[in-house]
Amino acid sequence: MTAQTLDPATAPEASWLRVCRVADLEVERGRAALLGSTQVALFLLPDGSVHAVDNHDPYSGANVISRGIVGTRGEAPTVASPMYKQVFDLRTGACLDTQGKDPAALRVWPVLLQDGDVHLLCGDAR
Amino acid sequence: MTARIVVVGAGMVAHRFADSLVSRAEQDISLTILGEESRRPYDRVGLTRFFDGAGAEDLELDPAVLEDPRIRLVTGDPVAQIDRAARTVRTASGAELGYDHLVLATGSSAARPPVRGAEHPGCFVYRTLDDVEQLKAHVERRASQLGRPVRGVVIGGGLLGLEAAGALQGLDAEPTVIQSSDRLMSAQLDLPAGAVLRRLIEQRGIAVRTRTRTTSVLAGEDGEVHGVVFDDDTVLETDLVVFTVGVRPRDELARAAGLVCAPRGGVEIDPSCRTSDPDISAIGEVASFEGMCVGLVAPGYAMAEVAADRILGGGATFAGYDLSTKLKLSGVDVASFGDAFATTPGALDVVYTDPVSGVHKKLVLSDDAKTLLGGMLVGDASAYGALRPLVGGALGGDPAAYLMPAGGVEAPTAELPDEAVVCSCASVTAGTIRGAVHEEGCTDVAGIKACTKAGATCGSCVFAIKGLVGAELAKMGRSVSTALCEHFEMSRAQLFDAVRVSGLTTFSSVIERFGRGRGCDVCKPVLASILAVLVRGHVLDGENATLQDTNDHVMANMQKDGTYSVVPRMAGGEVTPEGLIVIGEIARDYGLYTKLTGGQRIDMFGARLEQLPEIWRRLVDAGFESGQAYGKSLRTVKSCVGSTWCRYGVLDSVGMAVNLELRYRGLRAPHKLKLGVSGCARECAEARGKDAGIIATAQGWNLYVGGNGGATPRHAELLVEGVDDETLIRTIDRFFMYYIRTADKLQRTAPWLEALEGGIDGLREVILEDSLGICADLDALMAQHVDSYQDEWAATLADPAKLARFQSFVNAPSTPDPDLAYVPERGQVRPASIDERRSGDVLIAGTTLEVRR
Ligand code: SRM
Ligand SMILES: Cc1cc2nc3c(=O)[nH]c(=O)nc-3n(C[C@H](O)[C@H](O)[C@H](O)COP(=O)(O)OP(=O)(O)OC[C@H]3O[C@@H](n4cnc5c(N)ncnc54)[C@H](O)[C@@H]3O)c2cc1C
Ligand code: SF4
Ligand code: FES
Repeated sequence: MTAQTLDPATAPEASWLRVCRVADLEVERGRAALLGSTQVALFLLPDGSVHAVDNHDPYSGANVISRGIVGTRGEAPTVASPMYKQVFDLRTGACLDTQGKDPAALRVWPVLLQDGDVHLLCGDAR
Repeated sequence: MTARIVVVGAGMVAHRFADSLVSRAEQDISLTILGEESRRPYDRVGLTRFFDGAGAEDLELDPAVLEDPRIRLVTGDPVAQIDRAARTVRTASGAELGYDHLVLATGSSAARPPVRGAEHPGCFVYRTLDDVEQLKAHVERRASQLGRPVRGVVIGGGLLGLEAAGALQGLDAEPTVIQSSDRLMSAQLDLPAGAVLRRLIEQRGIAVRTRTRTTSVLAGEDGEVHGVVFDDDTVLETDLVVFTVGVRPRDELARAAGLVCAPRGGVEIDPSCRTSDPDISAIGEVASFEGMCVGLVAPGYAMAEVAADRILGGGATFAGYDLSTKLKLSGVDVASFGDAFATTPGALDVVYTDPVSGVHKKLVLSDDAKTLLGGMLVGDASAYGALRPLVGGALGGDPAAYLMPAGGVEAPTAELPDEAVVCSCASVTAGTIRGAVHEEGCTDVAGIKACTKAGATCGSCVFAIKGLVGAELAKMGRSVSTALCEHFEMSRAQLFDAVRVSGLTTFSSVIERFGRGRGCDVCKPVLASILAVLVRGHVLDGENATLQDTNDHVMANMQKDGTYSVVPRMAGGEVTPEGLIVIGEIARDYGLYTKLTGGQRIDMFGARLEQLPEIWRRLVDAGFESGQAYGKSLRTVKSCVGSTWCRYGVLDSVGMAVNLELRYRGLRAPHKLKLGVSGCARECAEARGKDAGIIATAQGWNLYVGGNGGATPRHAELLVEGVDDETLIRTIDRFFMYYIRTADKLQRTAPWLEALEGGIDGLREVILEDSLGICADLDALMAQHVDSYQDEWAATLADPAKLARFQSFVNAPSTPDPDLAYVPERGQVRPASIDERRSGDVLIAGTTLEVRR
């Protein structure tokens, strides 16, 4: 596999970009993906859905979100940053537990699963 | 015309009868209660409270009931004769009284077995306030005569015997309970439950002998009891004897009057509580229904309600005995209900035993496991109130959930239907209690008692009431929780037991059964640690991998920029020159910042995720293994140089430290574990600041436990002194395992020991004197740990599936994180600060070659 050259943060037009196969992911254990200079954290949930959020942790400044513990808060599927334990909603990127810090959210990418491949909607789509 | 009702006997059931009759009677009645005892009706069930300082007045049953002008109470004058033809009774003092309806509520008397010498002064029974007053006076008199604590023998190991033994203890006497059958409370408990009860009772300082019959009581020259002889001809010295071998219904009046009595004693009644004479009823312990008399108050109360209803023209019937009981004996909860002995054909049972906290619970279920038939609870009977109303009905849930420690699962009472009777003493349903919370504003058991009378009699339903009230309050948005997190209502110790008992081995199965949702960063690592001890296996095996805390995830400690530190084990702080060279080479080749840790080993910082396997490949090849600097597990065993080199050393502290580190390496715990070993009292290894600190003396090893550095430092306390290697290791084994089983999440040994019942002495009893009978279990668990140890890193390197997790990016597996940046400092590197990044003074980017310069 080779690194994609298209940078989803700066791509001029919205387009679906194939990132990996669903089979490359493990349930409830995140993986990072590199799209140009942007890092995305991918999560496969027990219901088969895949979520994509920033790998960059706004609280610590390190690229570690993909290495956090996946779980739930009420109905919301979540990931807890491995650095200082802030908890984010995987569906919206909203921070559900800021550990007393100011609110900061993760960017969320729309995900398309097709023929066992994971595609992200890149570019300034939203 | 006024109906004249006369009650013979002024006991508990008579009192309830009076209450029920006058509170409901609309017609004119006159009620006369004739009592033999010279007291107003009192709480016999609570008799033992007398020894906790309750005076006769405290035990009196609600006096307001008897203040009704229609009631006349005569005490101290027993009825001597009934003339059924004339419908009169005559008392011992000669008074004569006519009746329209007569109620016999004469109860029972305590039986004295045919034992030679049972009449000597110093022999007692345990039934009335007079009995306990005399017993107390005797104990006090003998203690002052003898100038030492009095010894007492209680003959009969049923509920009364255990109450009496507890009472003796309250008087500072030393009790021994003698039971002829093979277990305590044989009418209510089976052998395993009886064994648990025995241990709990013995733990409380009451000696127990089973399978022992008493043949005679011996008196000394002063005429006072001084011993008992058993059927094996042994003699036990004692200063008093209490007989608690059963009760006999007081049916003598009825027999003399020609009423039909049961062959085994008691006045026969029909379901309306009438005797063979329709003008006479019998209620309480004296009544025999379907050939049986029962020594419990609840059925007596039920009969009292029926008799009162019938007199008032109603059609109530007595439905038969509910033999369920819940008791607190010398502080031990015991309950037995329904078909506790599983006599129903095909009955199944589910048994939960927790020797650590001394709990044994058994549920009996129908052959399809759906219907609750009965059960036994010893040590923790809090589920009784919830379970008893369900007997005969669907359990509506996982049986195991009902057996878990209190508070471990959602209170089963929450599921009780409104019509279920929660308090059988006062016939109060769950619906009534819920109503009292919502409409009357009751917020606790006391409020419910005042409002509904539930819980005011035997108290066995108090936990159920508490659960219901709590659940209702929670619905109203007011509650307190002791739960691990939103996914588990249990504490860590409860979850440990739940996993142990259920035998579940995966996170999914545990959360499905005992929790909800998919877990979080609080409960997942807790379960990872529990599974690591109980199921063992590799931290990254299957689903376990996703449970691990950040650091265990990749078996390294995450640093501020998302890279990792690498800490190989150097047991006891020992390292060879070759080892140092390998470490030096690796650190140089990967540009890792290198430093000695506070735990006597070497830490290399700045390794990237995708570099960890290569680095560890080189370390493992050179003979190193994981130092588990990341795990809630054994960290280091710090040592001083000891007798091998030091001129003051008395024992080989390094040798012992290495030994201990290799034994406990990889052991997962609620929090990290550290040890220290010093070679003499100068304590250069700072062992007393560790969870287990070992200090050499000329007599052998001294072991201190529960020490801590960190934010709240605490010195370890002395557990054992001057022991040999083997004893030392066995003691640490048990200390660690007991801690692992019972500590709360992220609770280190220091706060755990502080919270432990009995502190260091309590710990000593459990792990040295085996007071809970769990040492063999603890030893076995540790032996399994030692046998199954494997180096996590070596195992990971051998498994391609595990290695895949170390790729930096799923679509660029070996590309370094492009954002990493470093600056040089004192000849090594450190992460660049934000300002340094902004100013562009970052000299080194995150690739190996550049770092090597
Ligand atoms: C590396 C080291 C500092 C050093 O450079 O010397 C260190 C580093 C950390 N310590 Fe420590 N502690 C280190 C020795 C100690 C010691 C000294 C000792 O072990 O003798 C103590 C005091 C003794 C004690 O534990 O009682 C110590 C008391 C703590 C505590 C407080 C624990 C407590 O019970 O209050 C924490 C916080 C925690 O664990 O919650 C902590 C937490 C940490 C963490 C895990 C903080 C974190 O979350 O990042 C650090 C990460 C380790 C890493 O990245 O490798 N570290 N830490 C030492 C590693 C020892 C080793 O070889 O494994
Ligand atoms: C120490 C102890 C602990 C107990 N614990 C429990 C428990 O936890 N749970 C439970 O369910 N049960 C318990 N019991 C049993 C319970 O106390 C009895 O089942 C209950 O008291 C029976 O009530 P009663 O009114 O039928 O008899 P009693 O309470 O014995 O009352 C009968 C009264 O009638 C009087 N009497 C007898 N003959 C005559 C006569 N001819 N004329 C006038 N008066 C007469 C007696 O003196 C006595 O006062 C316990 C008993 C004891 C002794
Ligand atoms: S503790 Fe004693 S034996 Fe160990 S180094 Fe210090 S002086 Fe030597
Ligand atoms: S069941 Fe006895 S007080 Fe409620």
